[in-house]
Amino acid sequence: MPPHPDATTDAAPGTTPTLVLIGHGMVGQRFLEELADRGVTERTRVVVLCEEPRPAYDRVQLTSYFAGRTPDDLSLADPEFLARHGIELHLGDPATAVDRTTRTVTARSGLTVRYDTLVLATGSYPFVPPVPGKDSAGCFVYRTIDDLLAIEEYAKNARTGVVVGGGLLGLEAAGALKGLGLHTHVVEFAPRLMALQVDEGGGRALRRTIEEMGLEVHTGVGGKEIVADESGAVAAMGLSDDSRIDTDLVVFSAGVRPRDQLARDCGLPVGERGGIVVDAQCRTADPAVYAIGECALAADGRVYGLVAPGYDMARVTAGDIAARLGDDTDGPDGFTGADLSTKLKLLGVDVASFGDAHGTTDGSLDVVYADARSGVYKKLVIGAGGELLGGVLVGDAEAYGMLRPLTGTVPPLAPEQLVLPAGVAAEGGGALGPSALPDEAVLCNCHNVTKGTVRAAVTEHSCTTLPEVKKCTKAGTGCGSCVKSLTAVMNDELTASGATVDTGLCGCFPHTRAELYEVVRTLRLTSFAELLDSHGRPEARNGDGCEICKPTVGSIIASLAPSVGAGGYVLDGEQAALQDTNDHFLANLQRNGSYSIVPRIPGGEITPEKLIVIGEVARDFGLYTKITGGQRIDLFGARVDQLPEVWARLVDAGFESGHAYGKALRTVKSCVGQTWCRYGVQDSVRMAIELELRYRGLRSPHKLKSAVSGCARECAEARGKDFGVIATSNGWNLYVGGNGGADPRHADLLAQDLSDAELIRLIDRFLMFYIRTADRLERTSAWLERIEGGLDHVRDVVVHDSLGLCDELEALMATHVTHYRDEWAETLADPERLARFVSFVNAPDVPDPSVRFVPERDQVKPDLTLLAGPTLPVRTLEGSSV
Amino acid sequence: MTTLTVEHHASACLTTDAPPTPGDTGATATDTAAVEIRCPEGSWLPVCGPDDLLPGRGVAALLPDGAQAALFLDRGGRIHAIGNRDPFTGAQVLSRGLTGSADGRPFVASPLLKQRFDLLTGDCLDDPAASIPVYRVRVRDGAAGR
Repeated sequence: MPPHPDATTDAAPGTTPTLVLIGHGMVGQRFLEELADRGVTERTRVVVLCEEPRPAYDRVQLTSYFAGRTPDDLSLADPEFLARHGIELHLGDPATAVDRTTRTVTARSGLTVRYDTLVLATGSYPFVPPVPGKDSAGCFVYRTIDDLLAIEEYAKNARTGVVVGGGLLGLEAAGALKGLGLHTHVVEFAPRLMALQVDEGGGRALRRTIEEMGLEVHTGVGGKEIVADESGAVAAMGLSDDSRIDTDLVVFSAGVRPRDQLARDCGLPVGERGGIVVDAQCRTADPAVYAIGECALAADGRVYGLVAPGYDMARVTAGDIAARLGDDTDGPDGFTGADLSTKLKLLGVDVASFGDAHGTTDGSLDVVYADARSGVYKKLVIGAGGELLGGVLVGDAEAYGMLRPLTGTVPPLAPEQLVLPAGVAAEGGGALGPSALPDEAVLCNCHNVTKGTVRAAVTEHSCTTLPEVKKCTKAGTGCGSCVKSLTAVMNDELTASGATVDTGLCGCFPHTRAELYEVVRTLRLTSFAELLDSHGRPEARNGDGCEICKPTVGSIIASLAPSVGAGGYVLDGEQAALQDTNDHFLANLQRNGSYSIVPRIPGGEITPEKLIVIGEVARDFGLYTKITGGQRIDLFGARVDQLPEVWARLVDAGFESGHAYGKALRTVKSCVGQTWCRYGVQDSVRMAIELELRYRGLRSPHKLKSAVSGCARECAEARGKDFGVIATSNGWNLYVGGNGGADPRHADLLAQDLSDAELIRLIDRFLMFYIRTADRLERTSAWLERIEGGLDHVRDVVVHDSLGLCDELEALMATHVTHYRDEWAETLADPERLARFVSFVNAPDVPDPSVRFVPERDQVKPDLTLLAGPTLPVRTLEGSSV
Repeated sequence: MTTLTVEHHASACLTTDAPPTPGDTGATATDTAAVEIRCPEGSWLPVCGPDDLLPGRGVAALLPDGAQAALFLDRGGRIHAIGNRDPFTGAQVLSRGLTGSADGRPFVASPLLKQRFDLLTGDCLDDPAASIPVYRVRVRDGAAGR
């Protein structure tokens, strides 16, 4: 718990007011962001009491934990955000009492805080029906990460699981149990699954699809009792129809109830069926106390269990608080109810419902499309005047993004066109695109972003890429279901603006890197000059190119070298002039003009003999040595004329270039694996070496890093790599798109339980697809975020071969592997290639006097006093950081 | 011995098919020619043969006063010489930068932090406050300087 100097004393009147937030869930976190956006955190001390041991996380995505996400991935609260705004977060310390007379909140630790404003965002708790035996070992609820971890632990010794509840949360939980490998039953009291959201037809389609996945669905029955064995652990569940399911584990997921006990205890009014009574500004009966999210009974008399209305309440409340502080000139609108439209992927099945999904409006008529074979069910509810009132989509909810914003209007196409599958609909008059939507239509439901806002991001805020639009509007950063619509609207707008967006690589080429790759590949061009003169911008033709396109084209030619008939050596002929200084001298330029040297140490495995050679070389040449993060050794401080001498020694001892200087494969890090480690399940070192030797020297749009972990403990940190491999007892899991650095990203699971051959084949395809389609200096992480369809698209292409490219990608990699030669061995063997390694063309034997060193901690460091003089403040330009 | 074939403010020309430059007499350099650089005190220093220069890349030369120059050969066959010192870092590295042309003017980008310098004027294209020295260059026919 963070130190808290004035926990019990508190701000005297006239000093900074204090706001206490009870609950740090999704809505609580959003509320804090809304406060910060309005500058309230600058004038107010904000104290947050959180019951859970971790800050706010994405509860909606809880099940994705089993798809390879970790608790950290789900986190919503950036510690930097809290620190920047001076928010005091107390984890694992729930509020236990509120005293409205003294305006104090007491927490379990004994901490007492006086408040000027109190916000209750306590959420809800899972409802557990009063079934006898419900407290047996093996009975769980499904609400928090800790619930999930407990279920995961218990499931290790279980084979069958029952989920009580066939609603949204129940199916989520069933998905989780299935993901844990349990034979899973779903027990639902209502006659169909997801009774609140879908109608009978939709429920049927959903049930059929879910049963096809091997889950057993029992509807129209309730749990009667839980039978425990002699040790008190769950053994079976008896149902209301007197049938019985033998099971090891039961998860109750039969709905939630508002957590309003604190409010009850301090005398705030609550609803008959729970929920803290609030007005449209989310104020309770006490004007100093607000309640938001699932614990609140909104002004329309409903308790909302979805996150979007909770976010809306957070916005309204933050606005009201800001207005009271005199911060906000626009008084906030109120929260008077919310659209309950939802689109979800449950167990891999799309389910969406919006508007009047059950057709309760007088005079409404249904238009239904059902295809039992493919499990698709779509229903639109049409009003008497032809207006769209609502609908249910199961199995294919693609149209949701288009349909929901049209609710309340007469759609521009006949309703039957709107439910037909895309191909059929197109024949009948063209599919309905986002361009048909009005500006007021909400594209992103999670963040309530309208089409007009997205258009303004392009027209007024000059966003030209999807990531920019997402950052500017927040749209698409929630569930992500609107990304396709966003892209369409953005592109429409860009096109409408006269396509003035120049996606060209630089002032010399109007093409993107991916387009240049295709030009080089299909025309087999191996000369930069030829490429520039034939494809460059008119004003750049016959010129010298520039520092952006030259290395980019050099890299493309190097990636494709043998396949397009170029030499494999990156410094041959005209290619030499294209390379950055690092590639030109096959070493890494350092700040004083000296270079560093990194020999390849595949997988981080090295013999004592080789280790001694590195030590001797470093000692003899006076090089500063440092262990890198990629399990190898960097030798710093070699003058350009020393590089060949150093490498002669290294090559003699069997070392090869480590390509630390190139936009190329760097290292494949590994943990020690099964051979030594008592937890290891595969030989991670062997695999790391195999991968490193296979992909060494591969030139790519940016550097490539990899790692192999021998078990799920992940000591090699593979998920921080461009491609990471984690051993399972059945083979290997492949993760892609990870990244450390300034903008860290965990890699996403691409495929699981692969054999050695399958793993290598997938990596071959993945890397070649990346090299083919990425922008210059675009790491795999940014590339995955940018390309349309994201990870799913990449998986389609490299796993399912949806573009029919895989043979070609594999062939390209095979050519790379057979043509690999060590650049340093080749350089040393050729006097002409060695000629460039001199400090001065007119004095080849004179070492550069500006490269000098002084002692530091028993080694050397650059003597920067020699470089002193009129230096200018350093500015970082794009592309300069590596 | 033939003298001075090309000399203009900063660049010398190696080939006749290059675009004409002020003072260009159209003569051709031969294998035995030498690239000379005008030192600050006024003398001409032979630094290398024309063949030691690779289009699009640079070399460094040590001047008698201890200063360093960077020489570049562009695609049009013109030779340019500037100071080798990157004013942003103090390191003697500009000869190892990548060259290019923008609006027909040749430049080199520092290999350290990528600021670009006009090879004809020495002005930094990314920061008007910075500039570097420019040296005059000529190609002398004959064996002198080799």
